[in-house]
Amino acid sequence: MTRIEFMLNNHPMRLHAPADKRLVDLLRDDLGLTGTKEACGSGECGACTVLIDGLPRPACLTLAAQLEGRQVTTIEGIATKTGLHPVQQAFVEHGAVQCGFCTPGMVLSAVSLLDHVASPSAQQVRQALAGNLCRCTGYQKIIEAVLAAADHKGERL
Amino acid sequence: MPGTNKIPLLSTSGQIRQDAPAKARGVEKYAADYYGDRLLWAGVKRAGVPHARLLAVSIDNALRVPGVVKALTAKDVPGPNRQGVVRDDQPVLVDDKVRHCGDAVALVVAESKQALASGLAAITFDLEELPGVFDPEKALLPDAPLLHEDHEGGNLLLEGRLVKGLGADGLESCPVVVEAVWNLPRQEHAYLETENGLALQEADGVIHLIVSTQTPHRDCLEVARALDLDPARIHLRAPYCGGAFGGKDGITVQSLLALAAINCPGHTVKMWWDREESMIAGAKRHPARLYYRLGAEKDGRLRALSARLIFDTGPYDHLGGVVATLGLEHAGGPYRIPHAELISQAVYTNNPIGGPFRGFGVPQAAAGIELTMDLLAQRLSLDPLELRRRNLLETGETSPAGVTLSGIEGLHASLDTASRHELWQGRKSWQLQAEPNKRRDLGLAVLYHAMGYGPVIPDEARARLVLLDDGRFRLYSGVVDMGQGNASTYVQIAAEVLNQPPENFELIQPDTAETESCGSSSASRTTYTFGNAILGAAQTLRERILTQAGELMALDDITDGLAMAPGAVRHTGLSLKISLAELAASLSTDQCDVTHYFRAPVAAEPVAPNKSLALHGFPHAVYAYAVHLAAVEVDELTGKIDLLDYLTVSDLGRVINPRLLEQQMDGAVVQGMGYALCEDFVAHDGHSINTDFSTYIVPTSLDAPRIENVFLASQDASSPLGIRGGGEIGIDGPLPSVGNAVARACGVTMRTYPLTPERVLAALNHGGAANDPH
Repeated sequence: MTRIEFMLNNHPMRLHAPADKRLVDLLRDDLGLTGTKEACGSGECGACTVLIDGLPRPACLTLAAQLEGRQVTTIEGIATKTGLHPVQQAFVEHGAVQCGFCTPGMVLSAVSLLDHVASPSAQQVRQALAGNLCRCTGYQKIIEAVLAAADHKGERL
Repeated sequence: MPGTNKIPLLSTSGQIRQDAPAKARGVEKYAADYYGDRLLWAGVKRAGVPHARLLAVSIDNALRVPGVVKALTAKDVPGPNRQGVVRDDQPVLVDDKVRHCGDAVALVVAESKQALASGLAAITFDLEELPGVFDPEKALLPDAPLLHEDHEGGNLLLEGRLVKGLGADGLESCPVVVEAVWNLPRQEHAYLETENGLALQEADGVIHLIVSTQTPHRDCLEVARALDLDPARIHLRAPYCGGAFGGKDGITVQSLLALAAINCPGHTVKMWWDREESMIAGAKRHPARLYYRLGAEKDGRLRALSARLIFDTGPYDHLGGVVATLGLEHAGGPYRIPHAELISQAVYTNNPIGGPFRGFGVPQAAAGIELTMDLLAQRLSLDPLELRRRNLLETGETSPAGVTLSGIEGLHASLDTASRHELWQGRKSWQLQAEPNKRRDLGLAVLYHAMGYGPVIPDEARARLVLLDDGRFRLYSGVVDMGQGNASTYVQIAAEVLNQPPENFELIQPDTAETESCGSSSASRTTYTFGNAILGAAQTLRERILTQAGELMALDDITDGLAMAPGAVRHTGLSLKISLAELAASLSTDQCDVTHYFRAPVAAEPVAPNKSLALHGFPHAVYAYAVHLAAVEVDELTGKIDLLDYLTVSDLGRVINPRLLEQQMDGAVVQGMGYALCEDFVAHDGHSINTDFSTYIVPTSLDAPRIENVFLASQDASSPLGIRGGGEIGIDGPLPSVGNAVARACGVTMRTYPLTPERVLAALNHGGAANDPH
């Protein structure tokens, strides 16, 4: 067991865990944060995406020991006190949610994009979401939602 | 009661899915998100060989692994150990024979995931390997190894044959005949939430299951039969699925979990297949080989068709016969062909399991006829759209399968609309804008898709709606929402009839203890069948509420002037108002609780030429229609195909929620695009090769085309809601429309799918030499 200290959704965490425990297991099985979904276990689908120091990372390929001193943000950590994060709100309004299993990872990838690029082009959005598979939506409404969240409502894909 | 059959079109707010906010926040709980007290993890040891006699299984070493609680084999299965819907031929745990690599041989239950993995690794078994059969046509040869020695038809699970006019003999007198053999791949569903569930046997013997499934009520019966349990002991809840697309239509983890639970009473047992296991053990879209010969006059009038569709159903029925039958019904297209012979076969092999997948045999059939239609257009140098226009069925005419396609006018209108669209009109100038080494063209597909179960198995629902004490409503959804948003649509329908905001409804997901059996979430039926049932329930409840309000207001003419309002009933003329809470208090519990039964209509045609086809669902009464256009660009240097633009024009009857219908079309188009261009679940001698997302390639955000959806939205007369069913038709079009576009662009017709860059390059370089079947 290794002692690990990190910030989780802006709250300090101090815990003992096997150094090789996967972050997705730590979040889901131990901490009850089931908003982080596992869908491939090998970093290929993006469903378990979390933000580590603001960048999207697959929680299935991240080990507990790698969290030391990091800022970890999960889907549970981005809604504001008054309601949904603007990206979440845009997903809801633009029909970007179907089965919803890819949605948390997709939202976090989009949040990270918009944190780094305020006004992305449609192609930049497509690029930023290319690591997040969705089997329901055909991506179109997701891309529209991210562009809308970036206040590019008039732009065509 | 005033005409409530036609509920008004919705405000935009009504189009927002009820489930979207919770899913976007990550708080919606899928089956995979449930854990539980005294949690144990269950997992399966799989065979790893395609065909073998199972001699012995050794569990001793597994039981020595610290943390392993149970290791179970077929000897521990208390019942007949067989599951399946039509033919129950699939063991829960292999007892006599292994029939494909993904067969379950042993079940291990452990205290942790790590102990489970070690326990599974410690299971060993002795096999006597048998020769396997991996090609459905070879499986039909007289000396082929048999999958099921007890099956009368040998490896032929089901054959359907329909003859019209002179049948295939009609081809002899045709001035022009084109023919082709089309090879379609095995497609993986690739839903993101893999198969999973959990189970707990409580002290009273009841086994509580929470499963990611499309078929909760049927699952209980299957589990009970396989394990010889009283069905009353099995309680199953089906939360929102993280995708399913047909892959959760039937048993996945259910019997295994129940078996684990009865051996570990008082413990919650969780099973969650990883991606590789899901790929190996889960069902797939049937690979198909399609033999088409199509004959016509020189002016393009169709005269005769011979079509033979061969579906590789793998080792088990798993609705493969039903899939082949729906393929048969759609094999001849929506065309006027006086002479036709249609044959469809579902064949057992030692390959991965073929099963339900969105489209259910129709994507294969639509590919067969629509690709062949373009061959004919090429041969006759006719415009492909014009060729179809000349041959489309008119009202009252029967299809090559002998079925009257009700509402066929919608297909004529769809074709007209597509032909006027800028994509079609502007195709010549668009083609000329292609950059050097790129070729562009458009492809067309004309589609129809049956809704529901067909003539024998009742396609029915019992929808329950309750007025609660606080004046709100509780809606019991009897049909699983696997992502298509049907649950939200049910609320929308009830909310419209009762004039309430959607948030005044509490939505109960399918739960065999609380909701009535309403059939599967499949067959483009979820909104059609349950939607009409909830419409009836809401109308009945509305009438009771208004009548009671009239009595409480002491009105002479009981309901005249009364109207539902949010949370209340108002009298418009007298400025009276009674809250729904007051009304609920004044009504009896029974009066507040309405269940409405609806059964979908069946075809008027005398049913199938044989009882077996009827039992397998032939024919149908309600069809959806669509015309698809695909705009592709082929890179001559790399063989890569870009799907740039895609148009769907559909007549799906009345549109209840355009946003949700767009979602269905968009998703189906991109899933179908994968089927056309990149998705191919390969099995070499029964061994799966590409079992992850780095080798099984599904479209990403970089690949998806711009999609435009047009809904003609006629009113269908077959049910009060006026709808048809739109969950599947969208996936029937991409493969043939993309294939037709690529053939026109390249001047070569490729016959083996998907159209990978390697195949495209070979076709461009060798004029199609790479296209020989297998």
